[in-house]
Amino acid sequence: MDTVYLIFITTVKTAVYFGILLLHVAYATYTERKVIGHIQLRLGPMIVGPHGILQPIADIVKLLFKEDIIPAKADKFIFKLAPFVSLSAALSTFAVIPVNKNWVISDINVGLLYVLGIAGLGTYGVIFSGWASNSKYAFLGSLRSTAQMISYEVALGLSLVGVVLMAESFNLSEIVNRQNEYWYGMFLFPQIIGYFVFVVSMLAETNRLPFDLPEAETELVAGYFVEYSGIRFSLFYLAEYLAMFCMSSLAAICFWGGWSIPPILVKTFPFLSIIPGVVWFLLKVYFHIFLFFWLRGTLPRYRYDQLMAIGWKILIPLALINIVITSLLKIL
Amino acid sequence: MRQSDVKELIVNMGPQHPATHGVLRLVLELEGEVVKRCTPYIGYLHRGVEKLSEDLTYVQCLPLTDRLDYLSSMINNIGFCLAVEKLMGINIPKRAKFIRTLMGEMARICSHLVWLATHALDIGAMTVFLYTMRDREYLLELFEMVVGARLTVSYPRVGGVRCDINEEFLDKLYRFIEDFPNKIQQYETLIDRNRVWLKRTKGVGVITAEEAINWGLTGPPLRATGVYYDVRKFFPYDAYDEVEFEVPLGKNGDIYDRYKCRMQEMRQSARIIKQCIEKLPTGLVLAEDALRIRMPASPLKIDKKEIQFEVYIEDKKIEEFIQKFPEVYASVESPKGELGFYIVCDHSAKPYRMRVRAPSFVHIAVLPKLCEGFLVADVIANIGSIDIVLGECDR
Repeated sequence: MDTVYLIFITTVKTAVYFGILLLHVAYATYTERKVIGHIQLRLGPMIVGPHGILQPIADIVKLLFKEDIIPAKADKFIFKLAPFVSLSAALSTFAVIPVNKNWVISDINVGLLYVLGIAGLGTYGVIFSGWASNSKYAFLGSLRSTAQMISYEVALGLSLVGVVLMAESFNLSEIVNRQNEYWYGMFLFPQIIGYFVFVVSMLAETNRLPFDLPEAETELVAGYFVEYSGIRFSLFYLAEYLAMFCMSSLAAICFWGGWSIPPILVKTFPFLSIIPGVVWFLLKVYFHIFLFFWLRGTLPRYRYDQLMAIGWKILIPLALINIVITSLLKIL
Repeated sequence: MRQSDVKELIVNMGPQHPATHGVLRLVLELEGEVVKRCTPYIGYLHRGVEKLSEDLTYVQCLPLTDRLDYLSSMINNIGFCLAVEKLMGINIPKRAKFIRTLMGEMARICSHLVWLATHALDIGAMTVFLYTMRDREYLLELFEMVVGARLTVSYPRVGGVRCDINEEFLDKLYRFIEDFPNKIQQYETLIDRNRVWLKRTKGVGVITAEEAINWGLTGPPLRATGVYYDVRKFFPYDAYDEVEFEVPLGKNGDIYDRYKCRMQEMRQSARIIKQCIEKLPTGLVLAEDALRIRMPASPLKIDKKEIQFEVYIEDKKIEEFIQKFPEVYASVESPKGELGFYIVCDHSAKPYRMRVRAPSFVHIAVLPKLCEGFLVADVIANIGSIDIVLGECDR
């Protein structure tokens, strides 16, 4: 009976969690267009609904009803499989991400490792799509993407080692609880180098500007998903935005103290404790999402070799230095 | 795998590609990301402008020149008119000269703004695109105010300009020009101090001064290498000898220097326009002996025999003058480089042969030299930096 109950409650939890998540993704596309629009002296979507508020729904409907084109020379099975690999990898990461105290689908002990591992699987979707499309642009895009994701995963993983050392746990809820023990309530301050490395790798890992080489519009037209259309195309998009949310949540949890508020703030302004933790968590996530959009509106794109140089010559050494410093402080 | 099994990846870039600025087709042989060979293919926008003009009178040729470099059609018109005026010995009034200079510089700013927009977009800076389009829109509206057209203006005429400009236009233009340096500053804050931008442009696509001269480069790509050559200074036409301006020079001949040159050129253009407005003389805008279009009574009544020299050029003086110099070459400094018109005249009302020296055509030829040995991303940056318009290249 207990097992049935557990399965039932987990299903409900997952459904609610993912429903809210997908709604967030839909509106992230809308927000991105609005934010970049205003950066660029435009209004963004304005036609569908007041201030274009229904635009994401119109987009989804349009993409669903579009013709699904599969190139004649493509490897059909892998071609169809690729977007699902990307999407399921991106979705699965959220199983362990806590949005509030005990608000998590599965509170496993190696949560952080799980997120990194599963997010890494998303690369397979990219490789599959580039290979199966049988197109040179897609192929180049997927090669770039693979190299980029693999090299930046190293930096991403290393940047989080400092956090793990301080929290003495891989459990994401535990990491948040540990941060609350310090008066400043965030690992952001002692781990500022780690945070910097994390943010840069996060941009590269999700293929966003200034590291959006795999889908460099002007060089590779659209990169690995150039041959995709309709709903399959939108699945890749969905995966990209989910990855953005995943990385933002990770940043919020590991560096910004997740759903908690710094204890010093609560002491000075007691009324802050009334605000539920999920609000703080979402605010921190939204900040990082905004960062993605902001950078996209401002920065040009790096070149492929420059990107690799940054990854291997700057970020990884920085992350290693950070680990050394953190370990030394820990021993002392 | 044995070494001999490794083959270059051949990628066909264009003619439908978002970053080849029109219908340029490049075939790239890649080794990894490095370009081993780059072969440009042109001709997708060939409309036979040169051949077509052999069948049209001098007056009718003018709208064809609009379609060469459609981003700065005003300057193309001026170039063609200069050649015909030289051929026929027509002296244009002073006011017309100043108006042409002013309009030409406006066209130069428009063209450079489009260049900056697309160049920045190619490198990934999207926001600059919309900022420059905002300012270009203002200038295009000013064109529309005077001419009625925004892009293909056909405003200059053989012997002057089509119509006079009014105070309201000058007022609006002056207000724009006063503020324009600030706007250039705005673009520069977005990209010039950006490390990503500098890394993508500095030391990429380098060409030395000697090579640039041998390849026949003109305009900003030549000046970026440090060679002082500007048609406006060396062979002044219109009112360029009466206004003060500097010719910005680069040093290294890389993408960044070309970018810098053009940015400075826009500032100088603003300076020229300001002086033109201040010094604008009064008087006629079209010479008395200018060529005029005379329409036959009804299109149906056109008889092939009727279209004769006498019908279109009535002035006996001009007729005599033409016979003295049957060949002319006149060039202008277009935003892309030296745009020349070479006309051979056979005493009819139509050019016997018209040849356009299109800077874009010359500049595309140097593209393989700039790209080979660099990465794919640099090809895009190079195409942007030499600023080609395929309409002009293919003609």
